[in-house]
Amino acid sequence: MKSQPAVGESSSSHLPGAEKLAQMLYYMKLTREIEDRIERKLYRQGKIVGGVYVGRGQEAISVGSAIDLEEEDAICVSHRDMAAFLIRGVTPRQILAQYMGRKTGLTGGKDANMHMGSIEKNLIAFVSMLGDSIPIAAGVGLSFRIRKMKQVVLCFFGDGATSRGDWHEGMNMAAVLHCPVVFVCNNNQYAYSTPLERQMPVENVADRAPAYGMPGEIVDGNDVVAVWEAVGRGIDRARSGGGSSLIECKTFRMTGHSAHDDAGYVPKELFEEWKKKDPILRLEESLEEQQILTRAEIGDMTRRIAAEIDEAVALAEKDPFPAPEECLSGVYSDEQ
Amino acid sequence: MGLTTYVEAIRQGIWEEMARDPRVFVLGEDIGVYGGAFKVTKGMLEEFGEDRVVDTPISESAIVGTAIGAAMMGLRPVAEMQFADFISCAFDQITNFAAKCHYRWGASVPIVVRGPSGGGIHGGPFHSQNPEMYFVHTPGLKVVCPATAYDAKGLIKAAIRDPNPVIFFEHKFLYRRIKEELPGDDFVVPIGKASIRRSGSDISVVTYGAMVFEALEAARELEKEGIDLEVIDMRSLLPFDREAVLESVRKTSKVILLHEDTRTGGFAGELAATIAEEAFEYLDGPIRRITAPDTPVPFSPPLEEFFLPGAADVIRVARELNAY
Repeated sequence: MKSQPAVGESSSSHLPGAEKLAQMLYYMKLTREIEDRIERKLYRQGKIVGGVYVGRGQEAISVGSAIDLEEEDAICVSHRDMAAFLIRGVTPRQILAQYMGRKTGLTGGKDANMHMGSIEKNLIAFVSMLGDSIPIAAGVGLSFRIRKMKQVVLCFFGDGATSRGDWHEGMNMAAVLHCPVVFVCNNNQYAYSTPLERQMPVENVADRAPAYGMPGEIVDGNDVVAVWEAVGRGIDRARSGGGSSLIECKTFRMTGHSAHDDAGYVPKELFEEWKKKDPILRLEESLEEQQILTRAEIGDMTRRIAAEIDEAVALAEKDPFPAPEECLSGVYSDEQ
Repeated sequence: MGLTTYVEAIRQGIWEEMARDPRVFVLGEDIGVYGGAFKVTKGMLEEFGEDRVVDTPISESAIVGTAIGAAMMGLRPVAEMQFADFISCAFDQITNFAAKCHYRWGASVPIVVRGPSGGGIHGGPFHSQNPEMYFVHTPGLKVVCPATAYDAKGLIKAAIRDPNPVIFFEHKFLYRRIKEELPGDDFVVPIGKASIRRSGSDISVVTYGAMVFEALEAARELEKEGIDLEVIDMRSLLPFDREAVLESVRKTSKVILLHEDTRTGGFAGELAATIAEEAFEYLDGPIRRITAPDTPVPFSPPLEEFFLPGAADVIRVARELNAY
């Protein structure tokens, strides 16, 4: 199934500028560093409460997609989209506090790991029933369309989520109601232990786009610029009243499903193959080649990020747990 | 104002809220062009336009999900389930997404999910259910079951104005059978407050929905033999008016809990436990429940008649309790 051309004349063949590229690198590296710190250090030290789900190797997807959103655009995140939170201004300390079940995390300890959101930042928290967010995104988009606003909504999900009934109902609804959504699939080829060929009878998630009357594109999910371009086309389309699109980002899940899963069911050669396509290494090489950043500057960025995370961990570790009675708080809203 | 049916009262309530608040919109199957299977949304498309009266595909889960997404962004959607029975298709979105958002991350989900529930119209197992307890059992939701036209109008307004997800069950048997004179002003009935339909001193009958009228009919009969029933209409099941129930039991010392829903896991169990825990000393007889049996709702008239509780059951049990 070849990529479908963009609708309309807005196909962006320009590349991001140097500053934007550096920013993309920063957010990918920041995400990698926090997640490595959580999964490889803090979790093994018993400092994390509950499960850990990282998006190692898939950072280009959230970064490329979210980096150029307007503040008022919305994002329906999934569990491997930490970069989207960081781009929106959620701090590493808040994320670490969330993972450690502290009061200062985004949910005040009410929910775990990536199950967080912020209505002020238009970050819509997901539920464990992945696929639920697809109709939610349709509704977020509908709210923009019927109020004649120019906002769009990104909806992230994995290959596994596309098997849920809600995914299909939501895609259909978004298309029929002409909602301004960009559906971004992180196809990392495994849903827990289920490989793609056991998840779906079609080769590509994007093969389904015509069934829902929307354009579909397949993109190298480990090329942050390619993601940025393709999702940018979807954003332009949605913003100009052209409705929804489906962008499938091909990538690979470089870890187990979660920290407790050693992914023994994945053929080792697949990890070897995809390691060479690491999105961060590729961008670093490209930026060096284009002389946008020197090796020394990249090294500086790495050190700065490490220090940033050191500080965030130190602060988050000292943050208090919520009081036990907080269990009873917040069941109902009393907003007027 | 003239006599207004229960279904027309709901239509008026939604209409007035849509006129008053531009954030309110309706969505569901056949609600726009067709005006709704029961005509609850008749005329709204012409008045408010297709951006606010949204005909959807047959996708109850996505209908609710779409409503949730729009509500989080500041709108006030009223989603129709064509028959309340179909709400089961949206169970996950309601109980896992809508109900838990505010608790987990402080995001309000001001949706109303409404639909016709209840039997007595030869609807069979999938057009006659009373699904309220799945949702009463879900913290974070509100559940409302009006029995009168006044309450139907006042409570749909309250539900729309509430920042929480409200599940609104309209008893279809009452749709056109109840007609009342309604005031012309903008009145709202508070969620969580019961109503004393008939004051009495001998036995409390606590009920909701269409059964309110069975209880009142029984009361009229029993009056002739000197048994004075007090009839409490719960109106809301979540939150429910504990104090109204307990106050009545403290007054009469005998109680019948009546609902059209099936027995096990029905609301009467919840009330019975509450009364036993908090008004034990006041009881002069066992707490009695009158409910449908634990079966799906059957279709053929003799079966459905057997299934549905009625005034005759209330009379029989009241006499037993009275003699205790």
